[in-house]
Amino acid sequence: MTRLLYFPGCALKDQAKEYEVATLAALAALGYEVQELPRWNCCGTVYALAQDDLMRHVAPVRNLIRVQEAGEDKLLTLCAMCYNTLSRSTHFVQNPENLRRLNAFMDEEEDYAGGVRVLHLLELLSGIGPANLAKAVKRDLSALRIGAYYGCTLLRPREVAVDDPEKPEIMEKILAALGATPVAFPERVECCGAYLTVTKPEAVRLRVGSILLSAAQNGAELLVTACPLCHFNLRERRPLGAPKLPVFYVGEVLAWALGAKPIPEEIARAMGVRG
Amino acid sequence: MAAELRIARENLEAPFLKKVAEISGQNVFACYQCGKCSAGCVFGEHMDLLPNQVLRLLQLGDDSVLGARAPWVCAACLACTVRCPKGVDVARIMEAIRQLSLRQGLTPVEMKLDRDFPQIALVGAWRKVSP
Ligand code: SF4
Ligand code: SF4
Repeated sequence: MTRLLYFPGCALKDQAKEYEVATLAALAALGYEVQELPRWNCCGTVYALAQDDLMRHVAPVRNLIRVQEAGEDKLLTLCAMCYNTLSRSTHFVQNPENLRRLNAFMDEEEDYAGGVRVLHLLELLSGIGPANLAKAVKRDLSALRIGAYYGCTLLRPREVAVDDPEKPEIMEKILAALGATPVAFPERVECCGAYLTVTKPEAVRLRVGSILLSAAQNGAELLVTACPLCHFNLRERRPLGAPKLPVFYVGEVLAWALGAKPIPEEIARAMGVRG
Repeated sequence: MAAELRIARENLEAPFLKKVAEISGQNVFACYQCGKCSAGCVFGEHMDLLPNQVLRLLQLGDDSVLGARAPWVCAACLACTVRCPKGVDVARIMEAIRQLSLRQGLTPVEMKLDRDFPQIALVGAWRKVSP
């Protein structure tokens, strides 16, 4: 068993619970002992783009201090937004002046020394390697034509990208290793509208229509994502007339392949795989 | 947008431009108006000014850019940021313009709370309108 410290974030404890449950079951099947980060707090959700605003960098860095307190140097994330804010904060504190100012500001905490690496589930799976993943597969998913939707936060900015920001293949490679049939489509890297869903829902609806159409036209019958906000928009902001592709988390497909979770009946029936 | 092009020292050294530079950490004069940011912006169709036009007005020291809708339509998706051939982080410039309004108490967006939202949508949306 390999021990791994894990940061869930708020969405995975609530509306994206199925992502956490499925992924943890799958990682156990792969030999990982996943432990939740003690006393974790909100990652901040969106990374602060303003250079002059130290306050907004406190939340993610506090989590890095918790990792340090646990004596670890790696932190696993499943949520793409948590991955983005936490990983970017590790880059922010690589600047010694930023680190010094933050440490001075958070005087009730031990100083953060730097050096924690934030790892996304996709990077972990990619590191396990396609051959090892394939060996652990228990179910034949070859009938599932899956479009991997990356969205923004796994790919941008460049310094935290889990793969080439313009032509990512990491999810497709993992899906292929799991025996599914990945389908790449042009809109997989374009924004779904994210939190504009609260202020400009009509713009988000147009985006979601365009993403679903791009996926369907390229032959995808199911979409996977690692982001709870993309998941929400792709399901709840689908415009009338857009292709009705079911949307799941990448960890769920992983759990189906490894036999850690049953395939939902409607998917099994519609796509001709054995549940 | 000014009807006539006026390039004067007081415009190019306008205090608001210094603030944009300070908040964003970006040099707006690095932009050479290739338009790649705008070509790839999936929200451009909803903007009154395209991202490259925002940059151009800043270069001319035209403060009408501060009242534009575009920064409030921007989702900070960073497509422009990773694509700019001059390394201009356009999303940070959009953020700086938003911050200049917010820090004066102006919030030109409306929350449409017509249904339940996941907390990441709400926290994300509110953080974008918090000074
Ligand atoms: S991509 Fe960069 S250089 Fe080109 S117009 Fe946009 S900001 Fe300017
Ligand atoms: S960050 Fe904003 S301006 Fe840039 S491409 Fe995305 S939505 Fe458009």
